[in-house]
Amino acid sequence: MKNCLNICLPVLFAVFAVALARGQNDQNEIQITRPVSSLGNTRPIPVSIEGFDSEVTAILKFDLYVQGFTFVSPETAQYQISGSSTGSVVGRVVDRFGKKTLFSRSYNGATLRRQAHALTDDIVFAITGKKGIAQTQIAFKVQASNGNGEIYIADFDGHNYQAVTHDGTIVSAPAWAPGRSALYYNSYKRGNPDIFYHNLTTGERDDIAHYTGSNISPAVSPDGSRVAMVMSESGSPNVWVANANGSHPRKLTSTSEDSSPCWSPDGQWICFATKIHERRVLAKVPAGGGEVQVIRTPGTPNPTEPDWSPDGKWIAFTMQAGEFDICVMPADGSAPPVILVRGEDPSWSPNSRTLIYARRTGGHYVLSLLDVYTKQVKDIHQILGSDSEPAWAR
Amino acid sequence: MKMMKLVYPMTLVLAVTLAATGCRNHKPVGVTPIPNGQGGQVGELPPGGTMGGNQPGGGQQANMQEFENMTEDRAALANYTIHFAFDSSAIRHSEDANLQSVASALSSDPSTKLLIEGNCDERGTEEYNRALGERRALAARQALAKLGVDPARIRTLSYGKDKPTDPGHDESAWSQNRRDDFVLLHPKTGA
Repeated sequence: MKNCLNICLPVLFAVFAVALARGQNDQNEIQITRPVSSLGNTRPIPVSIEGFDSEVTAILKFDLYVQGFTFVSPETAQYQISGSSTGSVVGRVVDRFGKKTLFSRSYNGATLRRQAHALTDDIVFAITGKKGIAQTQIAFKVQASNGNGEIYIADFDGHNYQAVTHDGTIVSAPAWAPGRSALYYNSYKRGNPDIFYHNLTTGERDDIAHYTGSNISPAVSPDGSRVAMVMSESGSPNVWVANANGSHPRKLTSTSEDSSPCWSPDGQWICFATKIHERRVLAKVPAGGGEVQVIRTPGTPNPTEPDWSPDGKWIAFTMQAGEFDICVMPADGSAPPVILVRGEDPSWSPNSRTLIYARRTGGHYVLSLLDVYTKQVKDIHQILGSDSEPAWAR
Repeated sequence: MKMMKLVYPMTLVLAVTLAATGCRNHKPVGVTPIPNGQGGQVGELPPGGTMGGNQPGGGQQANMQEFENMTEDRAALANYTIHFAFDSSAIRHSEDANLQSVASALSSDPSTKLLIEGNCDERGTEEYNRALGERRALAARQALAKLGVDPARIRTLSYGKDKPTDPGHDESAWSQNRRDDFVLLHPKTGA
């Protein structure tokens, strides 16, 4: 009760002060409104697409849909995209309202598919001023029904996939080394859950964590210099940080049920799932060591598998409450999380608005994309088996 | 009078604010420092955990080497698998008899070691389950230590939800899958 008064009085004063200030200026009563979602509800940008063959049209539509565009007739489009794809791709974008051509360009390159992706990146940049994601890559795991699997990489839309491992063992949690063509992942190849570093160019790999217990869930710092992981060598699974080659591992937490570390884009914090005071929560700890701080997720219990957007603004995570739902909240805690779509294990694209995640269907996983502002979702091109644990290269 | 018009809505706003935030949570949203009683400070690996981290294939902890060159005997302790409640790594009393049997097997042959494999049902996310399986294996190791087994003879690993014994999608299957399997390890004989 004493605590109540400690808040009530200052709040009352503050509210009263605001009321007085406002009362000076307008005659209206103060409205009580429900808090608006911090993500808002952005309407997709309407564009038209004409002149390309069906495969190129499909690629343009896929790329643009998951970045918040929708497709209408030329007469009602805000931007008109036209061109051709005989031989190579030629594309042109006209701003219908402004009555001007944003660009007109021809592309050459290995395949029509690559050219089409280059075109959509130019379209996104010309219209939004932001870099597009059509030429980015993902890593994920493909799992067979016996539990064994392999690590794969692919274009962000699931095409041009290739297996990175051929070990016929259990693998999980691929994570890109930023700025390098390399992956970290967990593999049971040596009879224990270990973390490997795998150079994709040379094919060489080292295990960088082979301690007793389970070495799982690698997450690489944004500058590529350090790797966070969950290790249980000390007797309970905790968050550890080591240099990129695995040297000098340091235990960062003593909380009891840690999993899924991820880094803030400034490299200062590691966010992870844990259990504090009997409640499952998200938390963050300074990457150099320090106090663990809870990140509250009001309205979304049992948060897990967080991922911090590259622009620093958002944390996406999985809520486990019977089903699994992808949620997004402001990283500064200034608004509660928003529940977006059924699914698990989100990973942010470099554009900080498209998420890739896994959703369960018929006993296996498929990978899907979500634009968090327009809420548009689309499955990517699926590979055989169960595809899950996606990681978007940044 | 402008002030009179405002008092009623202000009281309402105050009431709503209090109801929404509750009186207990008077810290700013998002930041609650946790006193890290066991030491939030950064800790190095304990002595004996030296690794050649800078060498290719480095990072092998001494303990792991002690478990190499052993053969796995899955049959010996197959009947003593212990099971867990949903989302829990707590050892239930119903499992005491099985743990005692495992402890007896280990004490009857001091040359043996033990591998505990922790598993989960499918109702968790993948990395959460991988950590939960590990906690289940560690809990059994702790329980065996209380029964007199030297924990240095035991290593743990987690399969998360990757190795269910029952592929079904109901509680009957799930309860079978939430388990620790015990694998007896014998030193390899011969030259």
